[in-house]
Amino acid sequence: MGEDMVSEITREPEKVIEVEDLVAHYGDREILKGVTMDVRAGEIMVIMGGSGSGKSTLLRFLMALETKTSGRMSILGQDIDTLTTQEFTGLRKKLGVAFQGGALFSSMTVGENIMLPLYEHTGLDRMTMEIMARMKLEVVELGGFEDLMPSELSGGMIKRAAFARAVVMDPSILFCDEPSAGLDPAVASALDDLILNLRDAMGMSIVVVTHELESAFKIADRITVLDRGHILMVGTVDEVRNSSNERIYNLLNRVADNENLDPDEYLARLTGEDAATWSEPL
Amino acid sequence: MASEQKPGAIVKFFERVGRSAVSGIEEVGNGGVMVAESLYWTFFGFTIKQPVRMNAVIQQMMEIGISAIPIIALLGGAISVTLAIQGIYSLRIFGAESHVTAGLAFVVVREFAPMITGILVAGRSGSALAARIGTMKINQEIDALKVMGISPIRFLVAPPLIAMMIMVPCLSIMSAVVGLFLAGVYINYDLGISLSAYWDQVVEILKVEDILQGLGKSAVYAIEIAVIGVVNGAGVSGGAEGVGKATTRSVVQAISAIIVTAMVIVILSTF
Repeated sequence: MGEDMVSEITREPEKVIEVEDLVAHYGDREILKGVTMDVRAGEIMVIMGGSGSGKSTLLRFLMALETKTSGRMSILGQDIDTLTTQEFTGLRKKLGVAFQGGALFSSMTVGENIMLPLYEHTGLDRMTMEIMARMKLEVVELGGFEDLMPSELSGGMIKRAAFARAVVMDPSILFCDEPSAGLDPAVASALDDLILNLRDAMGMSIVVVTHELESAFKIADRITVLDRGHILMVGTVDEVRNSSNERIYNLLNRVADNENLDPDEYLARLTGEDAATWSEPL
Repeated sequence: MASEQKPGAIVKFFERVGRSAVSGIEEVGNGGVMVAESLYWTFFGFTIKQPVRMNAVIQQMMEIGISAIPIIALLGGAISVTLAIQGIYSLRIFGAESHVTAGLAFVVVREFAPMITGILVAGRSGSALAARIGTMKINQEIDALKVMGISPIRFLVAPPLIAMMIMVPCLSIMSAVVGLFLAGVYINYDLGISLSAYWDQVVEILKVEDILQGLGKSAVYAIEIAVIGVVNGAGVSGGAEGVGKATTRSVVQAISAIIVTAMVIVILSTF
């Protein structure tokens, strides 16, 4: 009985994402070079790295938006290679994403944007969906904005609305791509608080890609540091801060590192041109 | 030195040609897959509780069809009157101008009404479709749909495809009726043939096959316009400039496809 209790206490939290030796290419170029990582239930995992390190690419693979070259990946215990189309659709209902630019549908109001997943995946009547959308807007402090069009919102408000849409189905995993990018420090800090609140209030696992150090250290339970398609380290905030790795030191202290940089590869990674042509059309 | 460079240039030329050919074949393949997937979602989507939304189809029908009525009526009428004028002018050489109705009825119903309608819909709606999907791709809205478990084909492609397949034939019929009527008015003015006599001639000359051929062509044009718009929109890269290029490309490709298809169908149906 005592041993059971000890093992219960010391047992690692359930892993909601497991990636093993993930290799990915854009055309002939190897973008992810054997990435192995995991995300535990209820934690905020920050993926950090410089521009062109492959962090946004890794996020696209974690969201199952791209096809890997090799390796194994499971989401919520399901190996994505073995899923049928229907099972895959079912899995995706448990994922929420707040994209960097919000990705709100410009032809719909904020409220309609948030109701869309409910409309497509539940049999709820419109009034119930409207109530749920309003509740999620309250959570992101956008109550009363449901009738506005996305073009009528500021950058920070669009990101908040994107969070509301991402969590409307109460997903198990929330992905956030550069939540603080392009925002002033006060708005960025408020978004960090929102991410922490979502984790605490809804108990979801959150994966955040960012290059903002302050934001990463504020919200992360663990940090994955990515560099040119490799994982340099996975650790807690303190472990990353105290790392003796030179490249991590350079990243944390904003030291420019142009050693062995292939300009074509760097440009392609920044612009994502290869990604666009390589991806399936729709 | 120059002789060393020459083979390089030739190789590059063939490389470019080869790459364009492969990309063209790939686009045709993508288009075919999109049509097949759209049909799947249309007819079987409801079995997995993911139907193509009728309100989206109706909205597209309004945009593609109802809003286009005035311009299609105007151009359909203008082309038919022009054909009547030219027909009378040509036949007058042989003293056969009273037979203008026969040629006019065939050519308007079988060729010009579907073609003019197709070209206008390609310019109005095909380009808009390419721009909308291209912008959505750049703004990651298509990625957002995928992550939400919503098929972009069901949500974005099937509604305009269905709407076009319904509305382009309807608009063609409307264009033909307006065109034949206005041409009749001109014939009445020029040759003194009464409108009722002209209309009786039109009805007598036209067979069901002629009307079906016009409608069939319209449906094929509708598929071409929708698929070309979607394929170009989905292939957008490079921001707003890329969207502009895709829009222009989709209009040029759709109009070219319509005219070439018209010719192929005429050849196949005549021989």
